[in-house]
Amino acid sequence: MLSIKNLHASVEDKEILKGLNLEVKAGEVHAIMGPNGAGKSSLASVLAGRENYEVTEGTVTLDGTDILELAPEDRAREGVFLAFQYPIEIPGVSNINFLKTAMNEIRTYRGEAPLTAKEFLQRSREKQELVEFDAKLVNRSLNEGFSGGEKKRNEIFQLAMLEPKLAILDETDSGLDIDALRIVSRGVNKLRSENNAFILITHYQRLLDYIVPDFVHVLADGKIIKTGGKELALELEEKGYDWLTKN
Amino acid sequence: MTSIKQLESPLFESLAAQYDMLILQNQDSTKAYRTEAMEAFRKLGFPSIKNEEWRFTNILPVVKTSYELTAATTIDAEQINKAKALIENTYRNLFAEDEADRVVLINGVIADSLSKLPEQKGLHFSEIKEATEQAGFQDHFGKILNIKDNAFAALNSAMFQDGVFIAVEKNVVVEKPIHVIKVILSGQAMMQQSRDLFVLDQNAELNVVESYLTDIAQPVFLNAAAEVVLAENAKFNHYDLQKADAHLRIIQRTEAAQQKHSNYSNYTFTLPGAGFVRNNLALHLNDVDIESHLYGLYLTADSQLVDNHTEVHHKMPRGESNQLYKGIIMDKSKAVFNGKIFVYEDAQKTNAFQQSNNVLFSEQATVNAKPQLEIFADDVKCSHGTTIGQLNKEALFYLKSRGIGENQAKQLMVKAFAFDVAEKIKIPALKNYVETLIEAEMENR
Ligand SMILES: Nc1ncnc2c1ncn2[C@@H]1O[C@H](COP(=O)(O)OP(=O)(O)OP(=O)(O)O)[C@@H](O)[C@H]1O
Ligand SMILES: [Mg+2]
Repeated sequence: MLSIKNLHASVEDKEILKGLNLEVKAGEVHAIMGPNGAGKSSLASVLAGRENYEVTEGTVTLDGTDILELAPEDRAREGVFLAFQYPIEIPGVSNINFLKTAMNEIRTYRGEAPLTAKEFLQRSREKQELVEFDAKLVNRSLNEGFSGGEKKRNEIFQLAMLEPKLAILDETDSGLDIDALRIVSRGVNKLRSENNAFILITHYQRLLDYIVPDFVHVLADGKIIKTGGKELALELEEKGYDWLTKN
Repeated sequence: MTSIKQLESPLFESLAAQYDMLILQNQDSTKAYRTEAMEAFRKLGFPSIKNEEWRFTNILPVVKTSYELTAATTIDAEQINKAKALIENTYRNLFAEDEADRVVLINGVIADSLSKLPEQKGLHFSEIKEATEQAGFQDHFGKILNIKDNAFAALNSAMFQDGVFIAVEKNVVVEKPIHVIKVILSGQAMMQQSRDLFVLDQNAELNVVESYLTDIAQPVFLNAAAEVVLAENAKFNHYDLQKADAHLRIIQRTEAAQQKHSNYSNYTFTLPGAGFVRNNLALHLNDVDIESHLYGLYLTADSQLVDNHTEVHHKMPRGESNQLYKGIIMDKSKAVFNGKIFVYEDAQKTNAFQQSNNVLFSEQATVNAKPQLEIFADDVKCSHGTTIGQLNKEALFYLKSRGIGENQAKQLMVKAFAFDVAEKIKIPALKNYVETLIEAEMENR
C-alpha cells in the first residue's frame, strides 16, 4: 500500500525528516510515537501535500503511484486522508456541504456517479451514528466554535464518510474524553478492512488498547529509530524515549 | 475645487439646457430648491480625479457619453410585457405571493398593473412628483441631502423627475417589505435622475428592498439620490440590491437623518453586472442613543468599477454605528471603499466600529480601501480595520486535503466570506435569494 523510502523533507530550509523509511501494507495498523517536535506531524503533512514542506530526497508511493507528484486534492482522491492534529475552523462553509462537495469530487475522479441527495443523506446518517457525531454539528459551519473534542470527532466523521485507503490520524486521541476515545476507536475498528490501512500518531498507549496496532514505530529526530509490536508501546509508556535516543 | 468643466463634457451643456426648460415649466414647491441646487452644481462641476473624494474613481467615461435626457412620462404595453417577463424570470425565487408589496417603476414611471402597492393604514406611498404639495413631503424634502459638496446630488436635486415618497405614520409598523423594482428598458443611451424620500415618524417601522432590472443596449446613467428621515424610535431596514446590465452606470447618494433611539440599517449589495457604481451613504446621528448599521458586499467581476463611500456623523452622545463592508474583487474589476467616521465634540460615549475586508480573487483585480476617522470627543470607542488579501491558505489546504479541487475550494471560501455579510439580512427570503445569487456567480468562475 504505502511505501516510504529515504524521505527527507524540510520546512523553511530546516531539515525535519531525515531519511525516513516506512512500509505499510493493506489491512495493517501502524502506530507512530515519538517525542514532541520529532517530525510526526511533519510526516503527516508531507504525505498529505502541505505546500510549505519541501521534499528534498526519497520517494513515497501509494499502491505504486508516486504521490509526491500529486496535488493535495489528487492525493485525497487517490485515497489519502489526514485527520489533522489541529483542524482549522472555516466559518461560513457548512460542514455538510463541504463533505458533499468533497465526496462528489472524489467520486468523479474515480469515474463514479455522484451520490444522489438521498444516498448522501443516508450515508451521512449512518456514519454519524457510527462515530456518534452530533447531528447539530453536521449542519454548522466547518469546525467553527467546535470544542477540541468535537473537532476531532468531526475528523473521524469525515474519515468514515470518505472511506480512504490510507488514513493518517495525527493525535486524534489528544483532547478526547474517555467516552469519546472509546467511540472514535470503535468507529475506526469498524472501518478497518483488508483493503485499507491506518497510521496512528499518538503519545498515549491508551489509544492502542482500543485500536490494536500491528506495528509500533518510534520516530525521533526525523527518522524511525525503532519498530516493534504493540508491546513496544507499553515499554515506551514505562521508560519514555531517553533509552532509545541516547546512544 | 477641481472639476471637469463644460469644455470637457458636452453633457454639462446639455444638462444646463435641459434644466432651463425644466425650470420654466416647473410650478411645484420644489422650484426654489431646484434653482439653488443648479447653482451649486454649476459651481462644483463634475468632479475630476484630482478631487480627493474621487481619486480612484474616474467619472470621465461616464460624463463623456451623450445621453437622452428627457425623462419618460408614459410606458407602453410592450414595455410592460417585457418588464413582466423580466420580473418573473428574475424574482421567481425571491418573495412568495403575499410576502411583500411591490412597486414597479419602468424608466421611472410607475407600472400599476405590475405593482402591488402597499395598502396598510398609516403607510403613504406615492410617486415623488405627486407628493410635492403634501405637508409631510415639504417638511423634510431637501433638508437632509448635502448638495453643497456633492455635484451629483446637486444635479439630481435640480433635475430629478421621478422616484418614490414613502411615509409611515407614528406607531405604524409595516411588516411586509416593500420591493421597489427599478426596471430600465432602453435602446438608446439615456440618463435618468430619480429621487426618493422616506419618512418614518415616531415608533414607525419599515423594510424596503430596492433592486434593478435592466434591458439596455446602450449606456444608461442613473444619477439617484435619496433622503431618509427617522423620528424617535423609528426603525428602517433599507436594502439595495445592485445587479444589472454592464451598460448601467449608477451614481447615488443616500443620506439619512436619525432622531433618538432610532435604528437605521442599510444593506448595499453589489453583484457582477453594472459597469460603474458609486454609492455614497451618509448617516447623521443627530440625537442621543441612536443605532446605525451599514452592511456592504461587493462581488465584482469583468471590468466593473464599484466604489462605496460612507460617512457616519456621530453628533450626540451614546450613538452606536456598526459598519461591515466586504469585497471580493475578481477578473479585471476595481473596487474602492472609503469609510469616514466623524465623532463630534458632543458625541461622548460613542461606539463606532468599521470593518472592511477585501479578497482579491485575481491578479488583475485592484482595490483601494481606506478608513478615515475624525474624532473630537474624548470618551469614545472607535475601531476600524481594513484587510486586503488572498484566501486563507491553511483553510484552502484543509479543503483540498479532502479531495476538493483548487477552484472549488476557492469558491467555497469566497461564498463563506460573502455569506458573513449576507447573513445580516433580516428578511429570510431575501437572504436566501442573495446567497443563491452569490453561489451562482461563484459557480461560473
Ligand atoms: N512552518 C514551520 N517553520 C519552522 N519550523 C517548523 C514548521 N513546522 C514545523 N516546524 C518544526 O518541525 C519540527 C517537527 O514538528 P512536528 O510538528 O512535525 O512535530 P511532532 O512530532 O508532530 O510534535 P508533537 O508531538 O509536539 O505534535 C519542530 O521542531 C517544529 O518546530
Ligand atoms: Mg504533531
